[in-house]
Amino acid sequence: MADASSIANNGVNVAALVAAREELTKAPAAAQFKWRAACEWKDGTHSHSTVEGFYGLGQEQHHKKTFIFDADHPELFASEDKGATPVEYVLVGLASCLTAGIAAVAQYRNIQLRSVTATLEGDMDLQGILGIDDDVRNGFGGIKVTYKIDADAKREDIEALVAQSQKRSAVYDIVTNPTNVTVVVD
Amino acid sequence: MSRCLCDRSIDHVVLERGEVAHTWRTERWDSLRLLTPNWQSRLPGFSYNGDDPDGYRTVAEVIEFIASYAKAVSAPVLTHTTVTSVRRTETGYLVRSDQGDWLCRAVVVASGACNIADVPSFANRVPRSVMQLTAQDYRNPEKLADGGVLVVGASSSGTQIANEIHRSGRPVILSVGEHIRAPRVYRGKDLEWWMDAAGVLDERYDEVDDIARARRVASLQLAGTPDRSTLDINALTEIGVKLVGRIGGISEDGKAQFSGSLRNMCVLSDLKMGRLLDRIDEWAQRNGFDARANLPHRLPPTRVEPAPRLGMDLASGEIKAIIWATGYRPDYSWLEVPVLDRKGRLQHDGGVVSLPGMYLMGTQFMRRRKSALIDGAGDDARDLSAHLTSYLDSGVARIRA
Repeated sequence: MADASSIANNGVNVAALVAAREELTKAPAAAQFKWRAACEWKDGTHSHSTVEGFYGLGQEQHHKKTFIFDADHPELFASEDKGATPVEYVLVGLASCLTAGIAAVAQYRNIQLRSVTATLEGDMDLQGILGIDDDVRNGFGGIKVTYKIDADAKREDIEALVAQSQKRSAVYDIVTNPTNVTVVVD
Repeated sequence: MSRCLCDRSIDHVVLERGEVAHTWRTERWDSLRLLTPNWQSRLPGFSYNGDDPDGYRTVAEVIEFIASYAKAVSAPVLTHTTVTSVRRTETGYLVRSDQGDWLCRAVVVASGACNIADVPSFANRVPRSVMQLTAQDYRNPEKLADGGVLVVGASSSGTQIANEIHRSGRPVILSVGEHIRAPRVYRGKDLEWWMDAAGVLDERYDEVDDIARARRVASLQLAGTPDRSTLDINALTEIGVKLVGRIGGISEDGKAQFSGSLRNMCVLSDLKMGRLLDRIDEWAQRNGFDARANLPHRLPPTRVEPAPRLGMDLASGEIKAIIWATGYRPDYSWLEVPVLDRKGRLQHDGGVVSLPGMYLMGTQFMRRRKSALIDGAGDDARDLSAHLTSYLDSGVARIRA
């Protein structure tokens, strides 16, 4: 760990996060957020999703701009490969959530990060989504995340960062635990 | 507390719904032993003087110990007196019981932190063919049907219950969420000895970073094993117990789902244990204990199979019983005073409740890390009885003025 006199700078505003935590402890209603995405079918397996508004702190909020995500399937599925596959977006979500968590926890623990890289791999047996074998699930059989981290800290402290990040990660929770999903047609 | 109030000549009564040590008589499984060693149960003016200081008391011995203390300090206990409500009055409190009412200036809430077994709401979806018990009403494996058992929770209660049920020939599946692994004996001494000596147990509530979190942390995965062996998850997988992740839900057709977070739960626990042992080693080195204790060592990591199962059809007959060892919460339903926060937790500052003249005893990290241990009662009672006395004195001064 960095010595007590040096202050790590990972670009995370911990003071603001700690203040927000205190505020939301006092006002739990403001902690109720809604995250949103919209999706439009283009052609074939290609779709175009956007993320712009969300709800939190008691009111509608907006990103600084509209973020756009094209999703498709690769050519070997006879598609045109105009974007990452939806399951790859899940890997992206998991990786970016865990990585942001590592930076925040490192900042909180005054650990200077020099580099953090992750590679992710999800195993999938296509016999599930293709309906070949009912005993095979559609989703990933398992996901492996491998981090390489260079930081001013002992190996145990780096492992603790990664473990704590999983403990507090929204996407990790979404992926590892059941969630009720309601799909309706208007 | 009664002993400390006597020392200060404060007139008081102790109201007990049953016999002294009631919960130990009624809410413990048969084989349970206290998880702290005999020497460690030190109460004001009373401690262990038998010939097995490193042993762990059986339930019967705990009952005997607490009852002897009540006798030794001549505590003014009214047994079979159930408090039904506590309300404020102009000068203090009205305490109603099934044996009559009491008016008093101060109240000490010492009704315990483990009155109600906390069971997840989806337990009502468990098929009727499966017997359900909590760690509070479980007694022994023989009361269970033959067949598999799902034990939910891997803290102190869950691991002990899983161990004895599996050894009775009923295959156990253990659902593991957050837990805190701890070796029973470390470097030749009981872990409690180290924590006591190194001052870990004396850490005060106003010295830790986040007391709200510290109070929520699961208790150490310790067991009072007669052979002083460590009962951790590795010891359970060794005898054939199967692990699954934290139970995430049960669907309407009775299928349980387990979290994919099992590996991280075990890593977190191993890392946390490592930090505790590091702290002990540093203390030992600084205080010259290295020569008197065995060499420092670390336990092997908790073993988790590559792909633990994520689901179980509870109606399939694979398991015949579920034991919920998912923690407890206190019952404050009789407190008709505004002292609870929105989550139903009693608001207090180191045992001094937010209403003047009301005090708390015996909850997790109330005033010190040891507050929930028998050994923690003495220091807390000394502090709080002093506060209580000055509160009563200030009232007298006001009346006289």
